[in-house]
Amino acid sequence: MAVPSFLARERIIARPGFNRWLIPPAALAVHLCIGQAYATSVYKTALVADFDSSLTAIGIVFSIAIVMLGLSAALFGTWVDRNGPRAAMFVSACFWSVGFLVGAAGIATDQLWLLYLGYGVIGGIGLGIGYISPVSTLIKWFPDRPGLATGMAIMGFGGGALIATPLSRQLMGWYDPAYDGTAATVASGDAVAKLFVTLGLVYLVFMLFGAFIVRVPAEGWKPAGFDPSTVKAKALITTNSVSAANAIKTPQFWLLWVVLFCNVTAGIGILEQASPMIQDFFRENGTSTVAVAAAAGFVGLLSLFNMGGRFVWSSTSDYIGRKPIYMVYLGVGLVLYVLLATVGSTATWLFVILAALIISFYGGGFATAPAYLRDLFGTYQVGAIHGRLLTAWAAAGVAGPLIVNRVLDAQGTPGELVAGDYRPALFIMVGLLAVGFVANLLIKPVAAKWHEAKADAIFTDTTPETSAVR
Amino acid sequence: MTETQHTRSTTPTGLVALAWALVGLPLAYGLYQTISTASNLFTG
Repeated sequence: MAVPSFLARERIIARPGFNRWLIPPAALAVHLCIGQAYATSVYKTALVADFDSSLTAIGIVFSIAIVMLGLSAALFGTWVDRNGPRAAMFVSACFWSVGFLVGAAGIATDQLWLLYLGYGVIGGIGLGIGYISPVSTLIKWFPDRPGLATGMAIMGFGGGALIATPLSRQLMGWYDPAYDGTAATVASGDAVAKLFVTLGLVYLVFMLFGAFIVRVPAEGWKPAGFDPSTVKAKALITTNSVSAANAIKTPQFWLLWVVLFCNVTAGIGILEQASPMIQDFFRENGTSTVAVAAAAGFVGLLSLFNMGGRFVWSSTSDYIGRKPIYMVYLGVGLVLYVLLATVGSTATWLFVILAALIISFYGGGFATAPAYLRDLFGTYQVGAIHGRLLTAWAAAGVAGPLIVNRVLDAQGTPGELVAGDYRPALFIMVGLLAVGFVANLLIKPVAAKWHEAKADAIFTDTTPETSAVR
Repeated sequence: MTETQHTRSTTPTGLVALAWALVGLPLAYGLYQTISTASNLFTG
């Protein structure tokens, strides 16, 4: 599928002397917007009241969006790699924005299916394309620090929720003066619809700014002082190319899929239940010693560690290697989960530290995945391969909450649960992390039979001589 | 082609600063708001 010439990859090849530090803000402009997906809880209650529906029915909107994220990233990954980041960011901005506008129409007209279609399906496609849009470009601009580069962008996805949550509260307060942003009041449906319109338009402008400034490096470009042979010297890093179609036939891809699935499922186990969980862990004689406001503070703290972990751990992986850092995420994470299940309820500070570290590993697992793929399969179609890998996220987005909710439903009634009721779910997560740890250990360099012949690896690594440069 | 061959930057510094400001300021707002909320964990 051809794209208009102003979006084409050939139009955005950087001139000599282009400052590569313009690329991370371009990537952040997209990820900070689509990261709003993590802030849906801020208007969830308002939507339940407006549609006179259940939390489950409204929660499905988020689930559809995450499933569509995984599917669209997998389906359109090759298209994104072929047409470049500007086309991908532009398309993502349109889908994400239209998703909000259609969702707003659904809220305004009391049509829940329109909300599913708008925010869930259309917005979800924007999420998937937007998520992978800057990844391979960043890896090519920062061959010396791929973990740092993708960590910065994917940190933005975590940061998007940090912005959208307080911003949404303030906007709903303006649109509905009766809403004061606390749990005691609920915003009207009209206010949420106006919020959706506002976010849709603001995100459109912001994401198009990213699309406008993004560039791809010219053929053969490399940063000053960078010697590719020093990278090749490290274990598990290839200079060969593997196509997306071949990558999914290798055991390495599926082992990494299992690694990501286990890491994300375990993290979602805590994220999904964060607020009630900390209150339940410190419940004595039916009353929690942790106030609702403090529980909200805990959720905020986890958001910070989720975002920080993406940048810090992914950057660290540039120094210690991708396989060792995943051994930390999964191995140390496993130990932390055991401690959380056994001694987590002895002190609030201990519970908070354990949970925060676990969530930082959850974020780190997301942010390090593209660099791990680059190491294993090369840069040739790394965006498309990353897109296919994100189906693990979609699967974990369903499995994680399902495991935790099923276990807790069997243990008792929400609001009356105690720390011990969480143990079965936490030990299931321990088992999952153990599976992920073994899968990571089994990852070896990709067999030579999957490597592309050098001349075939053309569409992302070479540039026609006649191409315009910008 | 490496940066060493083209040491003179053709990208206006102001554009780089503007781009970082456009993403940095909303992020700083979000961080401030979230830290304010998170502080309730220790005071609430």
